Amino acid sequence: MPTTERKKEMYNENINTAYPLILVRGLTKTYVNEDIETPALRDASFSVEAGEFAAIMGPSGSGKSTLLHLLGFLDRHTSGEYRFDGKTIDDYSPDEIARLRNKKMGFVFQAFNLLPRTTVLENVKLPLLYSGTKEKEWDGLARAAIESVGLSHRIMHESSQLSGGEKQRVAIARALVNDPLIIFADEPTGNLDTRSGMAVIEILQWLNNEGRTIVLITHETELAECAKRIIIMRDGKIESDSPVGNRRKAADHFSK
Amino acid sequence: MTLKYSLKTALKGIQVNKSRASLTILGIVIGVTAIMLVMALGEGAHQLILGQIQGLGSKTIFIAPGRQPTGPSDFAQVFSDALKERDLALLERKTNVPNATRVLPIVFGGETILYGSETHRATIFGSSEPIAAVFDVSPAEGVFFTDDDVRGRAEVAVIGSKVKKELFGDSDAVGEKVKIKGRNFKVIGVLSPKGQASLFDFDDAAFIPYTAAQQYIFGIKYFHRFVVEADSEDAVPQTVLDIEATLRESHNITGTQKNDFFMETQTDMIERLGVVTNVLTLFLGSVAAISLIVGGIGIMNIMLVSVTERTREIGLRKAVGATNKDILYQFLLEAMALTATGGAIGIALGAVLSFITAIVLSNVIAMEWKFTFPISAALLGVGVSAAVGLVFGLYPARQASRKSPIEALRYE
Repeated sequence: MPTTERKKEMYNENINTAYPLILVRGLTKTYVNEDIETPALRDASFSVEAGEFAAIMGPSGSGKSTLLHLLGFLDRHTSGEYRFDGKTIDDYSPDEIARLRNKKMGFVFQAFNLLPRTTVLENVKLPLLYSGTKEKEWDGLARAAIESVGLSHRIMHESSQLSGGEKQRVAIARALVNDPLIIFADEPTGNLDTRSGMAVIEILQWLNNEGRTIVLITHETELAECAKRIIIMRDGKIESDSPVGNRRKAADHFSK
Repeated sequence: MTLKYSLKTALKGIQVNKSRASLTILGIVIGVTAIMLVMALGEGAHQLILGQIQGLGSKTIFIAPGRQPTGPSDFAQVFSDALKERDLALLERKTNVPNATRVLPIVFGGETILYGSETHRATIFGSSEPIAAVFDVSPAEGVFFTDDDVRGRAEVAVIGSKVKKELFGDSDAVGEKVKIKGRNFKVIGVLSPKGQASLFDFDDAAFIPYTAAQQYIFGIKYFHRFVVEADSEDAVPQTVLDIEATLRESHNITGTQKNDFFMETQTDMIERLGVVTNVLTLFLGSVAAISLIVGGIGIMNIMLVSVTERTREIGLRKAVGATNKDILYQFLLEAMALTATGGAIGIALGAVLSFITAIVLSNVIAMEWKFTFPISAALLGVGVSAAVGLVFGLYPARQASRKSPIEALRYE
């Protein structure tokens, strides 16, 4: 295993240093449904540097999921500017966006979204199928990712045999397997009890310590305080953006 | 995504819902089975009739009056009286048709034969003695009639084995008198059973001298057919030309005037048969193909359900880097795997069924029905079923590939 410092350097080689990893300026998203315009995100501006751990917080309907979809190139913004690694969504073809999501972004969803009747190993391999990585390397990469979330003993289990916490850890392993620049976690603990939720957050914190950039969406203050920085949203606007003074350690919480 | 993994993914998608998948492909299975069956039986029938035509001998030329019928309006022409006694004499002359070894006149028709209180309707062939050699029939009891019988307009008959059985049962027939059209005919021979080995059923026929047949039974002075046997197969085309020239001259047909007779060789008949059986097979095959379309619609329906059910899976795959093409191929391959499986089962089933049918038919009609595995039909079945998968899988697969990832992930 490379040291934390070396890993950080490795990421820095890959990314465009002229821009922050995420640059958002006046970003707006308006949904139009039967001629009625619903603004979901209004004039958001912020940036996230490589290696950060940012939590986006807000009540439901505050636009945080919309923001995450835009950040993950899953959706197209209405106006404003969003640069990921220096480039906007318009710089890419649809296939290149798919490749970008595959190589540089990892997603963790509230509903886990594991393939049913499929083993942990095969689930984690899924992004590799679309990656162009040589097939003989798949097993090793997937096993390493599973190892890093501490599920090696579950590797041949089917996803339905796992507990909720374990499922989310598989989802994290899946997000990690292509060694992305950033992990987007959308309410990853929403379907979990506090204990397994904290285990998931602990893994995210550990990944961040290893140099991985994390954007976490949550509506729980306790979880948000595990990040290094909290962006609070309300009615589609960014209400505040501040570093966490007294950062929680999920591990501490876990040990209580 | 590699093809191997795409295929694996597609097969996995099918395995998840086995009973649904097997019901879905039933339409394809039935369609391909039907096509296989039709093609195999068509080929079997073709071979059977081909065998019968070849049974007539490759050196034989049939001459019939009238023009070769080209449609229903020409039908009356078939019964014209163009072939006369004089033609027979001309054809038999070596200077006219040097390669003819035998020239047979034939008159024929269905008539009722009476013996005591028994009656039986059979085909009466009026001809000359060499007919026994040309059609390879020989008496099991008694004798065949001779040229003298023909010249003397003798009222004698050689009957087929079935006619004998119907009229006489197990008692002796030779020497007995039967009544045809009110005239007494003496049975002088009974043919050995032949089975329907050629176009005519000689077991259910009676042979009498053509002179007697013309005079006493049909009341005509012309012939229904001439059969000419050439001395070799190679001489057939030349003999056809010789016959044509002889008959044209005899009938005073000159220049561009059309013949009032036509000739058919074994080659002609095989050609005509090929057209008939091909058209028939094609027609029945396309009826069977309709069930493939129905099956294809079933596949499309189930694929659409599957796409909706797996919306979240599609969303996830897209989120982790699947392109629209990847998703399209996944579902297309799944549909094609379904139809190809159906096609393979259909081919196996069709082969087994046509094999069984061949055995049953051989027993029922007491004829050699050859089973041939129609490789062309098997290839067609595979091709068509894969094409059905491609065509009917395309729409659902496009629907799948066009799903936006966030809509898909949000789908409950």
